[in-house]
Amino acid sequence: MTEAVTQSEFIAALLDPDRATPSGLVDPQNNVADKRFAVYRNNVAVSLTEALIVAYPVIHKLLGDEFFKALAGVHLRQFPPRSPLMMHYGEDMPAFLEGFEPVAAYPYLADVARLELAIRKSYHAADTTPISPEDLQNLPPDVLMQSRLTLAPSLKVMTSNWPIHAIYVANTTDTQPTNLSGAQNVLIIRPEFDPEVHRITDAEAAFLTALSEDKTFATALEAAANLDAGFDLSRTLGLLLAGAAITKISSPKET
Amino acid sequence: MLDVSPHRFDRLPDSAGVGYKPQHFSEIMNDASPVEWLEIHAENYMGDGGRPIAQLRALSERFPISVHGVGLSIGGEGPLDRDHLDRLKHLIDWLQPASFSEHLAWSTHDMGFMNDLLPLPYTEETLARICEHIDHVQEHVGRRMLLENPSAYLNFAETQIPETEFLRETAARTGCGLLFDVNNVFISATNQKTDPYSYIDAFPLDLVSEIHLAGHEEDTDENGDPLLIDSHGTPVAEPVWEMYRYTIKRGGIKPSLIEWDNDVPEWQTLASEAARATQVLQTATV
Repeated sequence: MTEAVTQSEFIAALLDPDRATPSGLVDPQNNVADKRFAVYRNNVAVSLTEALIVAYPVIHKLLGDEFFKALAGVHLRQFPPRSPLMMHYGEDMPAFLEGFEPVAAYPYLADVARLELAIRKSYHAADTTPISPEDLQNLPPDVLMQSRLTLAPSLKVMTSNWPIHAIYVANTTDTQPTNLSGAQNVLIIRPEFDPEVHRITDAEAAFLTALSEDKTFATALEAAANLDAGFDLSRTLGLLLAGAAITKISSPKET
Repeated sequence: MLDVSPHRFDRLPDSAGVGYKPQHFSEIMNDASPVEWLEIHAENYMGDGGRPIAQLRALSERFPISVHGVGLSIGGEGPLDRDHLDRLKHLIDWLQPASFSEHLAWSTHDMGFMNDLLPLPYTEETLARICEHIDHVQEHVGRRMLLENPSAYLNFAETQIPETEFLRETAARTGCGLLFDVNNVFISATNQKTDPYSYIDAFPLDLVSEIHLAGHEEDTDENGDPLLIDSHGTPVAEPVWEMYRYTIKRGGIKPSLIEWDNDVPEWQTLASEAARATQVLQTATV
């Protein structure tokens, strides 16, 4: 009776090159098929590494190809995909970078990875129909103040202690960064299919966070004004309208 | 209700198709000839929205679409992933594709999804499990599926049933159809030192509703024996075209797909591969 190879044994050997090829896997001469099994090992490592390069192009560029591939090799064995949807693979990367000793000198990497993950989520987010600028303009100011805005699922707000916007722009465009220090916040909007990354102030981030938490317009304004008395509401609303990012205005019942 | 909307293609045409790549979208919408149908990997269109879904919707109004799953892990030891079955059903429900297929392989186990089509032994036990899984899939998504023969780099010592017999029996028990990948036959036969034409002769071609053609890479194992790798990154090899002609002569004209997934070429290169398949289909005397 030939020994059966279980899928647990197969996969354990697949992910650990130091393990022996299971003895029930053979070549045409019925010898253990080491090099043939290595093809599967290589396929898995290469395809998951490629998926991480596609998911994190800026991290890949910052670390360099060789270093990134070595890091991906560690990451993919620690965090193999949990689902067959490769569009979501790599969600553990930010936390992984925070704990990965060889990159401890670059504490901003985790937030750059969070930004890249947020852009990817925005790209695949559900399609929604935006309100028109008139819908907003036609609302009496006192009604607007008591209204709640529903934001598109493709909109993402991210705050960071690092200059993530400058790092992102410097590594994805030809623009030279003017300021690579300090904390920066980012707004991601998707006018049609391509997510846009905008730098926003603390006050704008507070305003948008309050709106996304279903607070009233007045409460969101107050949160922004508490941080910056000169908060520029028109710029923020302009970004939201251009980004097709407001999908609904819920006003109190006009009774 | 009778659905008369123009984009409902209920079967693939007996002509050449290609695996869809987003970089070819404009060219395909402009003039896809001689390509008459497209195949997509199901998992790439399971996001909530955005460009991938919009492109697929536009393509589906013009072309018959084949949904080809790469992540269901039908050969897995454990039960099928319920969430993934639901996602598959959702895609098939809105898209109403002309065909739906998956692989005789596994990719998911307790430790996760491996993003590769892994092999399984052919025994009475695995046959029963595969049939149970296919019954489950067909019931859940509410339509017949095609099962594709895999490419193999090695053998399982425990295997008792020839692959052609295993597939024939699976189709007989579940009512599923088969997808015949000619490149996979050539790869497996070369790697296992068997005769690919004997495989074609033993294959139930009457159950085949689609054919795949793709390129492979050549390597050798530690004994210097040929080891072909199913890379889908090059043109279809000459011996595979020869086997394809033989298959069409023997089994009749079938929808035939060019798969090119890595180092994806310009549209014209892909279209000329499709033109070559078209020529084989048009000159075949059945």
